[in-house]
Amino acid sequence: MNLVAHLNRRYRFAAAHRLHVDALTPARNRAIYGKCNNPFGHGHNYVAQVTLSGPVDAATGMVTNLGDLDAFAQREMLDLFDHANLNTLECFRDLVPTTENLCIELWRIFAQYPHAKLERIRVEETGNNAFDYFGDGARIQHEE
Amino acid sequence: MILLTRKADFSAAHFYWNDAWTEAENQRVFGKCANRQGHGHNYTLEVTVEGAVDPVSGFVVDLKQLKDIMEHEVVSVYDHRHLNHEVPEFAATVPTTENIAIAIWRRLDGKIPGAKLHRVRVYEMPDLFADFYGEGA
Repeated sequence: MNLVAHLNRRYRFAAAHRLHVDALTPARNRAIYGKCNNPFGHGHNYVAQVTLSGPVDAATGMVTNLGDLDAFAQREMLDLFDHANLNTLECFRDLVPTTENLCIELWRIFAQYPHAKLERIRVEETGNNAFDYFGDGARIQHEE
Repeated sequence: MILLTRKADFSAAHFYWNDAWTEAENQRVFGKCANRQGHGHNYTLEVTVEGAVDPVSGFVVDLKQLKDIMEHEVVSVYDHRHLNHEVPEFAATVPTTENIAIAIWRRLDGKIPGAKLHRVRVYEMPDLFADFYGEGA
């Protein structure tokens, strides 16, 4: 019997963003987003924590091969997001790049990973802000 | 119901190898982890138990007792050991982080008075960790 375990891997990228919604007035944007609305943008060292589940393979002892996961993360996430301005990316063309929306975008990316089931995306924007997304309609089942 | 988590650290050596495979296959799948001389990590173990708060003590579980159980059942067996060569459950099982979490669950399950094991989390390093929620989870 192959038991199910959860594997957690953390990746880091540095990116700029500006929180601004074109449909709102400048005053309203400043009221909602405060200093995050600075027209020139600002940046963070983001941590993306990916949680995947699956049966532990009897031959390898693994939920998924980390080499495969790291290569996927590099190609599908880090190459796109690291040292980028999030507002310039296609996915945020019409969407404000809050960390909540970033979680959802990373969920879309890692949901395509073929070798394990995506359980959670956590994005830490700073050491004091972390956001979790469990997928559409999901809620916390196991967590603290 | 409260969840309570206790941490412990241990340092150990390991390598990844499947005897049923050729050397080339082991190298291909496990990469540098297949070095048979072994390599090591500072592991962090987090044990989470769930239970009701005792109305008299205010505890879910006696932390000192939980610490002693973790020390006796896991840390004293794993710390400063070579997992492949010295820990029986890894004689024929690859000591990946996933399998270490499962093995520690089996060592602790049913041994903590008054509380139910909820999760075993094992950090191989700060950016890589595995969770196990039990055989039926």
